[in-house]
Amino acid sequence: MIDREGVEHELEGEVGWSLMEVIREAGLPIEAACGGCCACATCHVYVEPEWLPRLEEPCEDENMMLDEAFEVRDNSRLSCQIRLTEELEGIRVVLAPEF
Amino acid sequence: MSSEPVRTDLVIVGAGPVGLFAVFEAGLLGMSCHLVDNLDRPGGQCAELYPEKPIYDIPAVPVCTGQELVDRLMQQIRPFEPTFHFRQQAERLERIEKGWRVTTSAGTVFEAPAVVIAAGAGSFVPRRMPLPEASSFEDRSLFYVVRRREDFRGRNILVAGGGDSALDWLLELEPLAGELAIVHRRKDFRAKPDSVERMRGLIEAGRIRMHIGQIVGLEGVDGRLKAVRIRNPEGEIRHPCDTVLAFYGLKMELGPIADWGLELEGSHIKVDTATFETNLPGVFAVGDICTYPGKLKLILSGFHETALMSHKAFTYCFPEKRLVFRHTTSSSDLRKKLGVA
Ligand SMILES: Cc1cc2nc3c(=O)[nH]c(=O)nc-3n(C[C@H](O)[C@H](O)[C@H](O)COP(=O)(O)OP(=O)(O)OC[C@H]3O[C@@H](n4cnc5c(N)ncnc54)[C@H](O)[C@@H]3O)c2cc1C
Ligand code: FES
Repeated sequence: MIDREGVEHELEGEVGWSLMEVIREAGLPIEAACGGCCACATCHVYVEPEWLPRLEEPCEDENMMLDEAFEVRDNSRLSCQIRLTEELEGIRVVLAPEF
Repeated sequence: MSSEPVRTDLVIVGAGPVGLFAVFEAGLLGMSCHLVDNLDRPGGQCAELYPEKPIYDIPAVPVCTGQELVDRLMQQIRPFEPTFHFRQQAERLERIEKGWRVTTSAGTVFEAPAVVIAAGAGSFVPRRMPLPEASSFEDRSLFYVVRRREDFRGRNILVAGGGDSALDWLLELEPLAGELAIVHRRKDFRAKPDSVERMRGLIEAGRIRMHIGQIVGLEGVDGRLKAVRIRNPEGEIRHPCDTVLAFYGLKMELGPIADWGLELEGSHIKVDTATFETNLPGVFAVGDICTYPGKLKLILSGFHETALMSHKAFTYCFPEKRLVFRHTTSSSDLRKKLGVA
């Protein structure tokens, strides 16, 4: 995970956790105001393009919340909606700006 | 704007699920309540953030949605006749001889022996535009709420957002705006279908210009906006306009409560877990806003907290009375109120 200052962190989580939980449990600055319920968009991250195809498409709920986020790009996702699986070992994301 | 103060037993700041249930627990002990919330309806997070999502951990209710929970709480507290003061923020808390005075942003003044803060994660307020130049335009050219429609007459307006608030205001201001445009991240809108239809009609008729993209910059001098830069998939464009109405949803902020002299831990209020009283005597905090060792932000926990709070608040409201603990099953007062006695 790359934070807002561009510093890289290597994080570990367990299969079944969400990416947001991994980032939050590591004590890194992710607001995640709604606690992972796809209701706040404060867990917004940019997924490195090569990892995008390996993720499931965002659901309508996630897209709706992304509408309220700022600086949304093609590789924008809500990290609470990304579940860790074995295949996602090594996924790289960048934390989106806070607002 | 001040008027005669409202005198009551308890003033509850926040009409989320916990504030609502506090009415019940207080009512059982004979205390009546006034509630203040800056939203326009009861329910706090449940109604604002997840009305349609299911909740599974309310005891004896295997499943209900956020809104259903709120509706049922409203039904449960109706016998106690709480009074709601919506669309206003509790701004000031002052010590008076017989308790506390609470003043809201709408100028309502309450005087009560005890105050209950059930403010959740704080007030819901509109999210601001996170551009460095945004603050210099706020309240002159950049707005997050519409206070008076007339202020927007003849202005060249760009509305940002794709939800109900964005579309409602777009359509509402259409008859009086000068040029009108909307910018949204994608083609799909998640607003009410008939609003989307009406907007599409006005776009086709050439009345509203539609931009797919996002605002990346504001241009102007002295808070007067000249143009907005919008990034779209093809690159960047400049859209001339003098007013932006931005709807990026709501976020929660502790707000004025931070200055009330309460002992805080981060943005939470410290309480005594026997009574849920804060460091200020007669001021209580329950629900998500309070903190103590082991605190969990659950509705369940909030409900429990209101029961203990009520027992202590009783001693401020009726210092001369003795409190007898009774189950609702055998409370004749309650049964009378419910009309089942
Ligand atoms: C998506 C989501 C799912 C959840 N799921 C569950 C679940 O399954 N089970 C569970 O137990 N919990 C769940 N929660 C948590 C639960 O919603 C909260 O614990 C609960 O809403 C807290 O209630 P509250 O009354 O303390 O505060 P809130 O619901 O936050 O309400 C506080 C109210 O106070 C108002 N307010 C604050 N300050 C002021 C002021 N100065 N003046 C006027 N008004 C003010 C606010 O506008 C707000 O309406 C969930 C939360 C979210 C976001
Ligand atoms: S944590 Fe709120 S949307 Fe992900």
